[in-house]
Amino acid sequence: MIELRVKKKLGDFQLDAEFTSDATVTALSGPSGSGKSSVIAAVSGLIRPDEGFISLAGKTVFNSAKGINVPVHQRGIRVVFQESRLFPHLSVRWNLLYGLWLAGRKSRMSIEEIVSLLGIGHLLTRRPRTLSGGERQRVAIGRALLANPQVLLLDEPLASLDQDRKDEVLPYLRRLVSETRIPILYVSHQRDEIEALAQRVIRLENGKVVNGVPS
Amino acid sequence: MFDFTGEEIDAIQLSLWVASIGMLASLPFGLLAAYALARWRFPGKLLLDGLVHLPLVMPPVVTGYLLLVLMGRRGPIGSFLDQHFGIVFSFRWTGAALACAVMGFPLMVRAIRLSFEAADRRLEDAARTLGANGLIVFATVTLPLALPGILAGMVLSFAKALGEFGATITFVSNIPGETRTLPAAIYTFTQVPGGDEGAMRLVVVAILLSLAALIVSELLARRVALRIGGTA
Repeated sequence: MIELRVKKKLGDFQLDAEFTSDATVTALSGPSGSGKSSVIAAVSGLIRPDEGFISLAGKTVFNSAKGINVPVHQRGIRVVFQESRLFPHLSVRWNLLYGLWLAGRKSRMSIEEIVSLLGIGHLLTRRPRTLSGGERQRVAIGRALLANPQVLLLDEPLASLDQDRKDEVLPYLRRLVSETRIPILYVSHQRDEIEALAQRVIRLENGKVVNGVPS
Repeated sequence: MFDFTGEEIDAIQLSLWVASIGMLASLPFGLLAAYALARWRFPGKLLLDGLVHLPLVMPPVVTGYLLLVLMGRRGPIGSFLDQHFGIVFSFRWTGAALACAVMGFPLMVRAIRLSFEAADRRLEDAARTLGANGLIVFATVTLPLALPGILAGMVLSFAKALGEFGATITFVSNIPGETRTLPAAIYTFTQVPGGDEGAMRLVVVAILLSLAALIVSELLARRVALRIGGTA
């Protein structure tokens, strides 16, 4: 369950978005510059909205009226970025284990399960720079999954990939959705990705939700 | 020709020791100053930047004199450290190490600051979303990414310390076995008749040490760059 109403001025751009979704996968779609990534940044806590509230799975992580602003590392959100952002100085294995190591406890899924879910077993000892784009994204997804996500934010995870790589990663995302049931906010402007994964689509234009507010 | 006397060996060892201690002792402060200059906004930032760089542009003798005034036994800071912690700088090797640390500080901070500025903030954000607080982000992401610059800064500070003369001799004089570092020993040789051969021996050592420091820094930087890949 994601509930959100945020306003944020970023230069000339004004984000003024509001939606509620209890779908497992909620897609955020819209043309580039419509505010999709800003919503992700606000939900994750990487930017602070000027006003509004954000609640994830029943937990308020931001509320300007009540002065609540849970720091990024305590929100339980895990983000898969467009450019994967793997740690270049760590092996694939240590990238995967990073969040788990921080939490100091076991994740709901074992590393073996995640490795086989994403087909990355043969990559564990390699460095991120030696991976292809598709491999990198799969490792980034694994890294987020292993860190016990309460909510998973996928920010155009396939946008930097060509069609073949997309076709390589998309089935893994489908399996992830059907096997883990972790709530996902999925940013994309690709209709095929959205149709394959999402039960609910929130469409943004010029920083505003054009279909998401229940009437 | 390379028959070193005990005094010459003392000077070489003392130089290496003083340069190492000066560099290591200033490293935590160097990291802090570099991080503050690279990442924080605060009033007086320009002043801090200026103060850090002063030893680079001031005559070394001025730095040495200021150290003498401030950190000497009767100086405001020196007497405090002496009374409360038993740390004495004046006319000791510790003072030579302090002079080296101060003179090498701008070079150290410049190199480290650049690497903090270049460290990818997006990777730090990624670490935060994986549950890392500020300190852990610094230790596990920022610091490893900045490692090439930190190593370069350490070597530069060390190399500068090996050649430090003016501030050291002004602050702690030129006492054999205590504050007579390699450059001071060379200077001493040039001041006595028949000292040419000893001076030449030590000059060769000084050149070799400086060259070795530069080569080590280059090799370290390359190795780290290779390990980290495109971001270094």
